[in-house]
Amino acid sequence: MYTAWKALVRKDVRLFFANRRAVLMSVVAPIAMASFFGYLFGGNGGQPEATRIPVLVVDQDGSPISRGIVARMSGDKALVLMPAGMEQAREAVRKGKATVAFVIPEKFGEIAARAFFGNAAKPEIALLYDPTHGAEMGMVQGILSGHVMEAVSQEAFGGPGSSRLVKDSLADLDKNSGLPPDLKPSLTAMLKAIGQWNAQSQGRPGASQAGLTVPFGTRTEAITSGTGIPYNGYAHYFGGMGVQFILFVGIEVGMGLLLQRREGLWSRLRAAPLSRSVLLGSRAASAAITSMFILVFMFAFARVVFGVRIQGSLPGFLGICAAFSLMTAAFGLLIAALGKTPEATRGIAILGTLLMVMLGGAWVPTFLFPQMLQKLTLAVPTRWAVDGLDAMTWRGMGFSASLGPMAVLVGFALAFGALAVARFRWEE
Amino acid sequence: MLEVKGLRKSFGPLAAVDGVSLRARAGEMVGLLGPNGAGKTTTVSMIAGLLRPDAGEVLIAGRPLGGDTDPAKRNIGLVPQQIALYEELPAGENLALFAALYGLEGSAGRRAIGSALDFVGLADRGKDRVATFSGGMKRRLNLAAALLHDPELLLLDEPTVGVDPQSRNAIFDNLEALKKRGKALLYTTHYMEEAERLCDRLVIIDHGKVVADDTMHGLYRLLPAANMLSVELDEAEDGAGLDALRRLPEVQSLEKRGAGLRIGVRELAATPKVLAWLLDHGYSYQHVASERADLETVFLSLTGRSLRD
Repeated sequence: MYTAWKALVRKDVRLFFANRRAVLMSVVAPIAMASFFGYLFGGNGGQPEATRIPVLVVDQDGSPISRGIVARMSGDKALVLMPAGMEQAREAVRKGKATVAFVIPEKFGEIAARAFFGNAAKPEIALLYDPTHGAEMGMVQGILSGHVMEAVSQEAFGGPGSSRLVKDSLADLDKNSGLPPDLKPSLTAMLKAIGQWNAQSQGRPGASQAGLTVPFGTRTEAITSGTGIPYNGYAHYFGGMGVQFILFVGIEVGMGLLLQRREGLWSRLRAAPLSRSVLLGSRAASAAITSMFILVFMFAFARVVFGVRIQGSLPGFLGICAAFSLMTAAFGLLIAALGKTPEATRGIAILGTLLMVMLGGAWVPTFLFPQMLQKLTLAVPTRWAVDGLDAMTWRGMGFSASLGPMAVLVGFALAFGALAVARFRWEE
Repeated sequence: MLEVKGLRKSFGPLAAVDGVSLRARAGEMVGLLGPNGAGKTTTVSMIAGLLRPDAGEVLIAGRPLGGDTDPAKRNIGLVPQQIALYEELPAGENLALFAALYGLEGSAGRRAIGSALDFVGLADRGKDRVATFSGGMKRRLNLAAALLHDPELLLLDEPTVGVDPQSRNAIFDNLEALKKRGKALLYTTHYMEEAERLCDRLVIIDHGKVVADDTMHGLYRLLPAANMLSVELDEAEDGAGLDALRRLPEVQSLEKRGAGLRIGVRELAATPKVLAWLLDHGYSYQHVASERADLETVFLSLTGRSLRD
């Protein structure tokens, strides 16, 4: 019986490698896609240039304050700032050539400065943005707020028009009946002190740099497997794409069995004195071996070309690969058991696979999903495979972190396998 | 070697096989003949253990076939109707796989493969991929795959479908050689000429039931007229004068088509007497031909429909 089992497994593996198209689809295609996505989303350490946001500015004011805002925004490393006219900016955003445009209206500097000390009407900066880039718009809005605050405050504390601004503000304060009477003397004293500061500091070196500034800086640190080890975006996508294309191998296992039935090969195999466990078990074993090969080959490629390392437990990594390969093999058998004809089954199997891949986080990491969906996807085996591979690669987790994903994947393999055996049509 | 008793198999309301019984002895080739959908393949599938019969029994060498792993299955070699081979693999690797299914590997396996390839005339093509073979070569390899474990009973399900005449003759030679080696062969076909040429006995099946089981000679005896004389008279005869010919004991049937007559006789030896009667009664003729009834005629006579329906 072992002779037959061995021969059947060897035959399937031989057939896989004899089919160049299958090898291309199962090995080269996922490597190409993972390389592409890995490059787009993080590469192997540095921030890719693509993260600089193209922004247009329409300066209708031309005041020292608006020019200061533009100068500060131009110097920001996260942005690529370009001047534009109003219509030109709107058209560029509409066509997707710019992500965000902001418009500084006429007299912005004057009104903003007066609103700085009092409760005068505040001017508005219009933000035009591409609705598919909401996150970038939020980022630009935050950066802009900081720079506007700095520019306006600098003008108020020592800018060329600061003396007039203080006088105007004191006059506004006298007219303002909305302020509680007991607070007016304090504010009046503060404005007079600023006026005095402005008078004393005019022409003194360094005084023009005064004003409000953002009172803190930030330091970022990606928490990876260890201090000083940069995040490698390829690791996640090699896992994700490997999971996707290995599931396609599972589909081919199912299709292969259905085709064998049609081509009389199944009759020939069944005519031999072999148990059902040998016939299906050998198919599952060969599928698992093929899947395991693909995963290991992909990560070996990623190691050599993109420097992806198994920062966590190597036995844990191999265990998750093996458990997912088994699950794929059982998934293939289930397709063969439930399918009637190859043609009718293929479309449904591909749809089911893509859904599993999508919900498993192979395309978009699951932390971007809504909370409810994040919980629901725990019922999808691919989620455990992707998370498990992430844990063993760039997150650098230990063997114990692989036990959960392995147990769940083996559980799915057993469930799929049992269902496949129960529903398999043995008779022609 | 093979004995089938009262096999029945239904698929829903359709009785695909309805009480089929037959037997094939060692050194005998039995033809299982019937039109498409008659139940031939279902019968073969039950004999090979691929289908569980609803009723009836299959005995191989006197004992019933057990479950999937019954060693008695080693006595059976199945040649499926389809070309059941892996086209991407070389012929030798295909045979190595099928040999391994019966526990043959190593030197025993290599001997079996060499012998089977040699038997079907493909000894020099063992390393070539099956995809590069002609249809006839694939059919011969399909046969070779069933011979590796040297079974005593061969089940051949339409093994010459889509094969050129040269390859068909090669397969026929193979089958006759196997018969001479003492193998029992059950050969399903709807090609009458194949059955007539190869089979010692014929089991005719229609709508899942056996309608005849006999030798060719025995089947012809079932016909009212095993030979047909075609006579071209000098002049058309429209009257009733020829009706007296029917009264001759040798004449089984008479059909008039203008000047042409078709006269059914049981034995060809009756021909001179029939021709003498025509001349004696003033019916001169230019042309006489005789033809023997074939299996098509037998089938038509037994079932009322053509084998190719």
